[in-house]
Amino acid sequence: MKPAPFTYHRPGSLNEALELMARYGPEAKPLGGGQSLGPMLNMRLARPAHLVDLNDMLEMDYIREVGDRIEIGGLTRHHRLATAPEVSRDLPLLAEAARTIGHYAIRQRGTLGGSLAHADPAAQLPLVAVTLGAEVVLRSTRGERDVPASDFLQSIMTVDLADDEIVTALRFPRQAEGEASAFELFSRRHGDFAIVSVALTLRQDAAGAVSSLRLGLGGVGPVPLRLRELEAEAVGSQIDEAAAARLGRSAAALITPEDHPEVPAAYRRELVETLVARALLRAAEQEGAAA
Amino acid sequence: MSAPVPISLVVNGETHDLVVPPRKLLSDVLREDLHLTGTHVGCEHGVCGACTILIDGQPSRACLTYAVQMEGHELTTIEAVAEGDRLSPLQQALHEEHGLQCGFCTAGIVMTFEAYLRDNPQPGEAEIRDVLSGNLCRCTGYQNIVTAILKAADLMREGQGA
Repeated sequence: MKPAPFTYHRPGSLNEALELMARYGPEAKPLGGGQSLGPMLNMRLARPAHLVDLNDMLEMDYIREVGDRIEIGGLTRHHRLATAPEVSRDLPLLAEAARTIGHYAIRQRGTLGGSLAHADPAAQLPLVAVTLGAEVVLRSTRGERDVPASDFLQSIMTVDLADDEIVTALRFPRQAEGEASAFELFSRRHGDFAIVSVALTLRQDAAGAVSSLRLGLGGVGPVPLRLRELEAEAVGSQIDEAAAARLGRSAAALITPEDHPEVPAAYRRELVETLVARALLRAAEQEGAAA
Repeated sequence: MSAPVPISLVVNGETHDLVVPPRKLLSDVLREDLHLTGTHVGCEHGVCGACTILIDGQPSRACLTYAVQMEGHELTTIEAVAEGDRLSPLQQALHEEHGLQCGFCTAGIVMTFEAYLRDNPQPGEAEIRDVLSGNLCRCTGYQNIVTAILKAADLMREGQGA
């Protein structure tokens, strides 16, 4: 459980980090909080020849408004996402999801950019990014490009990231005033990887009928899944227990989860059914959800 | 290079000049190079929490950190928690409430909650259990640890007021 030898680089600026990534390319890995890469190095599932430590790039640890978007730097730690008042106000779904990541000590180190680049199919932040329609900002010495999170995440731990690129930020569309949201997950032990997770935002009209719903599922495929058919089906519904249960069943019917001896497909469908219904009811009860 | 490099580490307020290979885990450098063996090593992949120390005051896994990264940061380990023979309120409460048996996980739990109680002086039981989920204990069943942390929070608030 010790990593293979590597050369350690501690650049003092983002430009210096990008130069190092350009020079060492496929041989190098950028190191954020190390809460996913660290275990992979210790278990020798990853053996990069060069580690480029991003932890001095304080210019990548920020939360700022850019027009109608909230831009969050790639080095921003989960604990800050979970506790910063501006995240709770403008992106409550993100704040709620961040509070469920791993454990307290893990959240002190783990980073937003790292979680997206790692792309674990059970992870919270890729699911929130897809559900809210965030863009991933990538930088290299060749320039900057922005990729929708849903395109960035290609498969299990596989992303649209060139060998010399770093995830420098995410841009989230701000949640609308009065837009409710809920994040639900199930894991066998508190803080473990989720078997299924649900992220949603909900708006209701004055009569209490759904006017818009965004709903994403994690753990049901190689990447987070937006259920657009279900989002359309929900519009016009009054979210009571019966409607939530019906939409939960519809969600479960829309997915084709992997059948695994420890987690049979039928079990995962039942989790989806339960968690979707639970998240819908919780969001519908939030104050201000009716706008 | 992956060859050993000179580094300077500040641990418990003392500066140490060392030469370590970049891949050497902070947990191993603390134990083997600095002989601070109070930091225990369990799973070595961030799950068990036994190696939790404070980096700039925040609880972190020493097994997911390389010592070479820690230049310019302040590290605090379990060795700095008691003042001589005087236990911290948290340590005293763990002792009184029988919040440990074999003691393997205890250092990690103390470091996690010294920082957590500093930032959250009035936690409820649910919050304590949420945070405690990051430290595996195979002996106690956790109940007495939770009781001890609640007691420590009371003691620390009283200490602040006095």
